This record gives sequence, C-alpha cells and structure tokens, in this order.
Amino acid sequence: MSANENKEIQVKEKKEVTSPAEQTRPGLVFTPDVDIFETNTALTLLADMPGVLPEDLTIDLRDNVLTVTGAVKPFEGPGETDLLVEYEVGTYYRQFSLSEIIDQNKIDAELKDGVLRLSLPKVEKATPRKIQVQAG
Amino acid sequence: MLIRRSFGFPNRGWPDTLNELERMRRQMDDIFKGFSKEGHMRQGSGVFPSINLTEDKDHFYLRAELPGVTSEDLEMEAIGKNITISGTRRIALEKEGAKYHRRERESGKFSRVISLPNEVNTENITAALKDGILTVCLPKAEKAKPRQITIN
Repeated sequence: MSANENKEIQVKEKKEVTSPAEQTRPGLVFTPDVDIFETNTALTLLADMPGVLPEDLTIDLRDNVLTVTGAVKPFEGPGETDLLVEYEVGTYYRQFSLSEIIDQNKIDAELKDGVLRLSLPKVEKATPRKIQVQAG
Repeated sequence: MLIRRSFGFPNRGWPDTLNELERMRRQMDDIFKGFSKEGHMRQGSGVFPSINLTEDKDHFYLRAELPGVTSEDLEMEAIGKNITISGTRRIALEKEGAKYHRRERESGKFSRVISLPNEVNTENITAALKDGILTVCLPKAEKAKPRQITIN
C-alpha cells in the first residue's frame, strides 16, 4: 500500500531533454521521472518509461556515470490520422553520476508495466585495483 | 523632419515603417506555424492521464501512458460518445531504512472522461494495457463511417 493513494494524480507535461550535445538521431528525447533510494547495501532506481521494450533499453555504467536510454517505437498504425495530441513519444534518456562504488557484476534490471527497476548493489569494501606498470 | 530624425529613421517615411512591421508580423506567424508542424501542438487538458486520439476509416484509437498501472487497477466505461478512464496508480512502499535521493514518480487516483468526435460501437471496444501504455480500439458506429458515393 502506498502512502498517498487517495490523492489525485496531477497531469505533468513530459520533460524534453535539452542536452548540451546535439543528438545524432532525429526525434524527441524525454527525461523519465525517477525515484532513487538507497539502503545500506544497494542503490535502487525506479524510472517511468512507458512503451519501452526490454530489447530497446540500454543501461550503461562507466566512470561512475550511469546512463539509461530507452527507445520507443512509434505504435501508431499506418493510415491513422491525429485527432488529439496531448503527449509526444520519443526516446527516454537520463544520466546520473554515482558517488557510491557499485558492484558491476551484480546489477539487476527489471522492466515491468513500463517501469524500470534497477538495483545497483554497493561494493562491500572498495578494493583498490592493482595496476601493473611495465618497464619499457 | 524633426520627428523623423528623433525616431531614428532619417531616410524612411512612415509607410516603410509600417511595411517593416507587417513583414515582422508575418515572420512571427511563420515561426509559430513551424512549431506546430514539428508536432508541438500539445493541447493539455490538465487532467491525468494525457491522451492521444487517432482515427482511421473504421476505428478511433485512444492511447494513454500509464506506467506502473496494472489492469486490475484500471476501469473503463463507455456511454455514447463518452469514454471514462479511471483507476489508481500504486507505488509500493519500499522497505524500512530506504533513504530517498529523488522522488518524482507520483501515485494516486485518476479519473478522466473524453468525448469522441463521433458515435462508436460500444459493444466491440477492445482495450489492452501493455508496457505501461493503454491502447483502446473503438470501432466507429455504422452511421459514423465514411461512405463511398459512386458517381454515375
């Protein structure tokens, strides 16, 4: 049970991304709404991405930057004409910089009813990586 | 002469200034037309959920983005031209000790009625909720369908 189930949902306009870099592919890009919370062992991210299929979702974590991209295929059939347009459809894109060290091997992602649930377990103890220097 | 100089148009008379204004107005119109061509013709209703409505020859198609809503929590009703969509969006409480960094997703109840431009066959409406998108297929009533007229 959620805490505020009796409240009415307010309509929100989808936020279009104004990215500093220009997009290579044409089309609209939106910022998904997210919930992020952490416990002692993991960081969890929930993102609303309606219309995204698992195969069109990309999750990338490198240099402590988490990138979530979800492409949406247009679902209008041929021969359909618009009568009313209240929302636009496009790719979802959002980046987060993480301050915690995440155990990359244990990342788990689940996409259900248009909601992505991403759990990012923290590394038990940040193990320093050994770097070997070759004498040249 | 004195007036012209003080307005900063030493070589132009009034008719030119008016033409200039007319030209600017036309340019502004073109800019706004350009916006709507790009698909920015959003007409918000102020009610959740946002709806897109399309049609083809025999059907109306109604679509809404409802991420995280399950079919058990969604109700639909059709009366004449009016379609009512209502339901609850639940966001499960996480276990104790979860510390939130961001909370942008909303939960709660919603109810919306939408009037279709024409009569539909309410017996044969089909609705599907998949990947957070509700798609409702509404067959047009016989009398609302376009009819081909043969010309002899």
